[in-house]
Amino acid sequence: MSKVTLTVNGRTVTREIEGRTLLVQLLREGLGLTGTHVGCDTSQCGACLVHVNGQAVKSCSIFAAELEGAEVRTIEGMANRDGSLSVIQQAFQDCHGLQCGFCTPGMVMSAAALLQDNPRPTEAEVRHHLEGNLCRCTGYHNIVKAIMAASGQDVAMAAE
Amino acid sequence: MYNFDFARPDTLQDAQAALRADDAQALGGGQTLIPTLKQRLAAPAILVSLTAIPELKGICLADDGRLCIGGATTHATVAREAAAHYPALAQLAGNIGDPAVRNRGTIGGSLANNDPSACYPAAVLASGATVITDRQEVAADDYFQGMFATALGEGEIITEVRFPVPQAANYQKFVQPASRFALVGVFVARFAHGVRVAVTGASEGGVFRWHKAEAALGDDFRAEALGDLAVEADGMIGDLHGTPEYRAHLVRVLTGRAVTAAA
Repeated sequence: MSKVTLTVNGRTVTREIEGRTLLVQLLREGLGLTGTHVGCDTSQCGACLVHVNGQAVKSCSIFAAELEGAEVRTIEGMANRDGSLSVIQQAFQDCHGLQCGFCTPGMVMSAAALLQDNPRPTEAEVRHHLEGNLCRCTGYHNIVKAIMAASGQDVAMAAE
Repeated sequence: MYNFDFARPDTLQDAQAALRADDAQALGGGQTLIPTLKQRLAAPAILVSLTAIPELKGICLADDGRLCIGGATTHATVAREAAAHYPALAQLAGNIGDPAVRNRGTIGGSLANNDPSACYPAAVLASGATVITDRQEVAADDYFQGMFATALGEGEIITEVRFPVPQAANYQKFVQPASRFALVGVFVARFAHGVRVAVTGASEGGVFRWHKAEAALGDDFRAEALGDLAVEADGMIGDLHGTPEYRAHLVRVLTGRAVTAAA
């Protein structure tokens, strides 16, 4: 066992970890942040996607021991300070960008990473960016629509 | 996943020392190794992460015009920072896996693993790049030694890859949509002294050069110059995604597309 100290959603935490402890285990089991989901555990579905130092990372495919001093942001850190939904979260609700909701935390984190680098993506860029996020309800259409809406663009172009 | 000790050295010397332990294994971005560990297909005693060593990261243009990429440089960084120097290489890096994979996966990790369907081996072989390790410098033609086999010894670390920049180049990837690996990928690079064509995803022997196409394209750099050239289906990979004949056909088609896109 060793110790790792990192910042999660602005809070500095220190936890005992094993060599094999994955970030997603640290988040869910160590910190009780169960908004980050484990879908496939084979690094394909993106339900566990979080931000590490501002970059999208699959938390099932990075060891906690890599994260000494890192800044991690999860879906629990996405709402506004007053508790209201962020622009992206609100757009997912407005556009019905979820069905069962299991993939949604990863989708929102993935969308946030995209819009941080590319504030007004084309629909094709949104779809290319979401290649690592699977929705088994196959609700992609409204997810793309939500991300277009969150970027302040006309959602009609994504509606057909 | 079996448990192991974890080391995260911040110098190459400390990484080399850690890798001398019994059953030590180097860890790049982990986008292949971590799923492998989860399946218990590997059980190292200690994992030595190479992600905290500054000298292994980054991209620069050397005085001789070659593009130097540190072994622990991520695909996302290559996609972004190589674009001005070697657009075909940046485009290849920007289409590996998905964005989250590209933020972690590294060029050194990809080359050390030498997956027969990985993208980077095609770029390295077609460019005639040099793989530089903490022990030797290996020409691409000598580095790849078959499926998952390379010139690397036990505990050897890829520190840098040096790419000669071609006059024109293009990579065509026929994506296997579930894995996002190449079902077949062809990298064509045209230099003043000739053309190199490297194929990934197709052969049971891993990445290979298509010498006949190189000769034809060296004389006439147009897709039409390939004429009725074809690779033998014998020795191509056959699985539920495609037969050996299908892959052989894709090699010919994608080579033509790459030449047209590069010209």
